[in-house]
Amino acid sequence: MSVAIVDYGSGNLHSAAKAFERAARDAGLNEPIVVTSDPNEVARADRVVLPGVGAFADCRQGLDNIAGMIDALENVVRKKGRPFFGICVGMQLMAERGREYQVTPGLGWIAGEVDRIAPSDPGLKIPHMGWNTLNMLKPHPLLADIPLGPDGLHAYFVHSYELKTAQRSDLVAQADYGGPLTAIVGRDNMVGTQFHPEKSQRLGLKLIANFLKWMP
Amino acid sequence: MFKVRVIPCLDVKDGRVVKGVNFVNLRDAGDPVEAAIAYDAAGADELTFLDITASHENRDTIYDVVRRTAEACFMPLTVGGGVLTVDDISKLLTCGADKVSINTAAVARRAFVKEAAEKFGDQCIVVAIDAKQVSQARARWEIFTHGGRKPTGIDAVEYAKEVVALGAGEILLTSMDRDGTRAGYDIALTRAIADAVTVPVIASGGVGNLDHLVAGIRDGHATAVLAASIFHFGEHSVREAKAYMAKAGLPMRLDP
Repeated sequence: MSVAIVDYGSGNLHSAAKAFERAARDAGLNEPIVVTSDPNEVARADRVVLPGVGAFADCRQGLDNIAGMIDALENVVRKKGRPFFGICVGMQLMAERGREYQVTPGLGWIAGEVDRIAPSDPGLKIPHMGWNTLNMLKPHPLLADIPLGPDGLHAYFVHSYELKTAQRSDLVAQADYGGPLTAIVGRDNMVGTQFHPEKSQRLGLKLIANFLKWMP
Repeated sequence: MFKVRVIPCLDVKDGRVVKGVNFVNLRDAGDPVEAAIAYDAAGADELTFLDITASHENRDTIYDVVRRTAEACFMPLTVGGGVLTVDDISKLLTCGADKVSINTAAVARRAFVKEAAEKFGDQCIVVAIDAKQVSQARARWEIFTHGGRKPTGIDAVEYAKEVVALGAGEILLTSMDRDGTRAGYDIALTRAIADAVTVPVIASGGVGNLDHLVAGIRDGHATAVLAASIFHFGEHSVREAKAYMAKAGLPMRLDP
């Protein structure tokens, strides 16, 4: 069993890798966590994690710049149905398109597009940066044993754009920031979080451990 | 519900915490990583390292500190001090920093903010502003560099708006009048900047008690408060500070 964290030149892979290693250890799992930019390794992986920091178009470009990476992802996630976890822009890339600065195609795995957040309260700052609670819309194995809701644990967000899903059934959880924001999307063997589980202390490590045990 | 943040700041020199930290039974009070772990456990919402290493040869020590911290703490980490080039930012982010704060380099060359934000995304570019009041008659603050010694003539509010337009995702605002005084944040300054920009503002400089933290948010309109000595020397724990702020009616993250 192996977990591939896709390295396509987008930011903080060290933290993500360390959080997955720690969560695996705490959960008594010994799946090797591999940070890789090799499409063959991604295609062979039992689980795939797509992190992402920065602008949508830059991240898409980063994936495109690695010959065969998009095909490898399509193959391992869509054809083989291996569990997939997108984080932040890695989650946004699951959408059909992004509208950050320019219109850029996404992977098209989740119907909807990525657009700027627009809180109803103009006093709220953008980026939505900091800790927020999560409201669950539908149960998901990744949320097992995590206290949610207004009195639950918090997740760490840093973003100015969100994935607006076309189908409500793809929404797993939202956060409230002058209106609801997409926090977790999920469909079949794919899940994505707008927040950073690798920076979300207890909630994050538990969610990662749940992902590592997930058998969709 | 969205929460305001409490951010302890550690001054790091040559890979060691300046003056040490004595709030818990650390094996090595001078090790920034041990201090980070203790703050993580105490419920800090983020952590900031300010690298004040003077000599060029020892600049690499911060990378090791950041790397070891990111391995042990799963909380957001900002690193500032001596960040002059895109390469400096790239190295810090690769080591595990989530945000990098730029100070003098942005004052010297504003385009640096834009280059950094375009390359790494505005969410990880913090611009640190050190401001000092220059007119009592009408509230006016100027940017000072070199630890508050060197005036630049640049208006702090205008500068804040400018760097946000260039892509700063957050402002770390320090009052050089208040820094080290324990007299509380410069609330008028904090509010002037927080109300002028669309991005989050972190209040810094002058915290002497827990009411100052409350005032920074409630009256200064900051979305986060940074403090150093009140936490380092064991006067107050981060957990205690957050409980106090919650009691004052502020939305706080009080996860166990």
